[in-house]
Amino acid sequence: MTNVHAATDVTAEIRAYIVDRFLFGKGDGLSNSASFMEQHLVDSTGILEVVMFLESKYGIKVADEELIPENLDSIDRIAAFVRRKQA
Amino acid sequence: MLHHHLALTAARVPDRPALVAGGRRLTYRELDEASTRVARGLIALGVERGDRVAIQLENCAETVIAIYGVLKAGAAILMVNPSTKAPKLSYILGNSRASALITSGAVRQSMPGLVLPPHVRVSVIVGPGPDRPADRATVPWDAVAGTPSTDPLPDRVIDLDLAALLYTSGSTGDPKGVMLTHRNITTVTASIASYLKLTQDDVVFNVLPLSFGYGLTQLFPTVMVGGCLVVEKGIVYPHVTLTQMAAHRATGFALVPTIATTLLTLDLSKYDLSHLRYITNAGAGMPTEVVRGMRRALPDVRLYLMYGQTECLRALYLEPDQTDLRPDSVGRGMPNQELMIVDESGREVGPNVVGELVVRGSHVMAGYWERPEETARKLRPGKLEGERVLYTGDLFRRDEEGYYYFVARQDDIIKSRGEKVSPREVENVLYTLPEVLEAVVAGVPDARLGQAVKAYVVLKPGATLDERDIRRHCAALLEDYMVPSAVEFLKELPKNERGKVAKRELVATSHPD
Repeated sequence: MTNVHAATDVTAEIRAYIVDRFLFGKGDGLSNSASFMEQHLVDSTGILEVVMFLESKYGIKVADEELIPENLDSIDRIAAFVRRKQA
Repeated sequence: MLHHHLALTAARVPDRPALVAGGRRLTYRELDEASTRVARGLIALGVERGDRVAIQLENCAETVIAIYGVLKAGAAILMVNPSTKAPKLSYILGNSRASALITSGAVRQSMPGLVLPPHVRVSVIVGPGPDRPADRATVPWDAVAGTPSTDPLPDRVIDLDLAALLYTSGSTGDPKGVMLTHRNITTVTASIASYLKLTQDDVVFNVLPLSFGYGLTQLFPTVMVGGCLVVEKGIVYPHVTLTQMAAHRATGFALVPTIATTLLTLDLSKYDLSHLRYITNAGAGMPTEVVRGMRRALPDVRLYLMYGQTECLRALYLEPDQTDLRPDSVGRGMPNQELMIVDESGREVGPNVVGELVVRGSHVMAGYWERPEETARKLRPGKLEGERVLYTGDLFRRDEEGYYYFVARQDDIIKSRGEKVSPREVENVLYTLPEVLEAVVAGVPDARLGQAVKAYVVLKPGATLDERDIRRHCAALLEDYMVPSAVEFLKELPKNERGKVAKRELVATSHPD
């Protein structure tokens, strides 16, 4: 139960950040599984901002090699990545 | 003719790799044949000599095939940034009277409400089509690219004909079309290939949009010498880009300062870049500390600092053995052209005097599409009767040894991420918000972007817009790089005695974010 709640919270927090920062508050069209690259949502500068957000919010450290679409290219992927790093 | 490079290279080295894009690899024979099919397909759809064919695609194999297909059909390529939104695309298509548009389902999907002007007789769609009623005539790319005959086409153009129409931001707000002939582009292509010492063993790694002059100057010289062009859709993940560069054994890499700054956040020694022979910088000047950082990180790679503008594509490069000695110079000029620095009356000035850079050469554009006054301001009489030389609008100085140094732009165009942003164009979009009373846009210094686009806005009494509302509105109508990264709300804009907004004062006195 706790894990499910924690997972949902992380996803919701990341969604709120992405919608606020990259969609200027209007996230209606963006699903949690949508690829940022396909939607042209985030460029290299944007990815670094996302990483800075994750590092400060969740106290994790993201290595250069972890800066890959598998970890960061959708809200769901970021949430899963944060949970793996926290585990 | 520009497309002859492809045919000649394909005849010389048919089986060498020409293009790697996404999962696709094409040899020169395959690229030559694929583009001939597209040319024949376009002609069958009614494309005629001298037509403008718009290409609005992400970097992919089809973009390169389309470029050569359009040229072989005797038409000019009209390159449009894939992030250009509907109103500007309509303007460009209307202004150029383009006869066809080659785009992708994904790009069209991002443009609800686009109405194509009537002279655009056909849209060719790469990939799955858009989920909406078809345009006047929509043809899938595969139908055009599947035209059976690969027999070479007879030439329909001469080298004075247009090869490319590239729209560039102007101070007036409306973008203007830079007309580049086959001769303009083949001249600059030969110069670039010679000073970069390109050969068929080169693997040029391109992340720059092919809609951008600096992206096109990765393609054309590579094809001329028979090298391999690796085409990527920009840099989102620098680690992935560097890994790809190592895997492809890239020998050449073109960047703008923003990319250099991004790469320097990583430990470059972790990547096998032993094949990398050179890196070029253009689009905006590379700050000296970034030059030094790149030299420290990649000491064995030749770093070329260059200068160009769409109106001639390229004019200056610094020999890499000078980069450590004069990191603030862009060198002494390309082969096969002449440079001058002139004062306000057009007289050449001596060393260390600041003046406007003037370029003389057969790479100088033919003019701005249907803009005689702006053409006359930029292209003025040269040495020989009837010739015209390019007044760049950029201030330079030259030292006693002949090295040129960029000083400043004469207009208020912003350079952000190496791309030109017209403040007027952004202000025009801000004024379409009914809540905005006054708005002015200026460039503010930014370590990563060079300049960041900042909007200063005065709202009408009682209006309640916030920064996000304004940025969202801009993002819906402007290319990504033009969207203000900050908005400052003011009670009124500072004006000088003639009632003109005092931009410099604004930038100096306002608060950085």
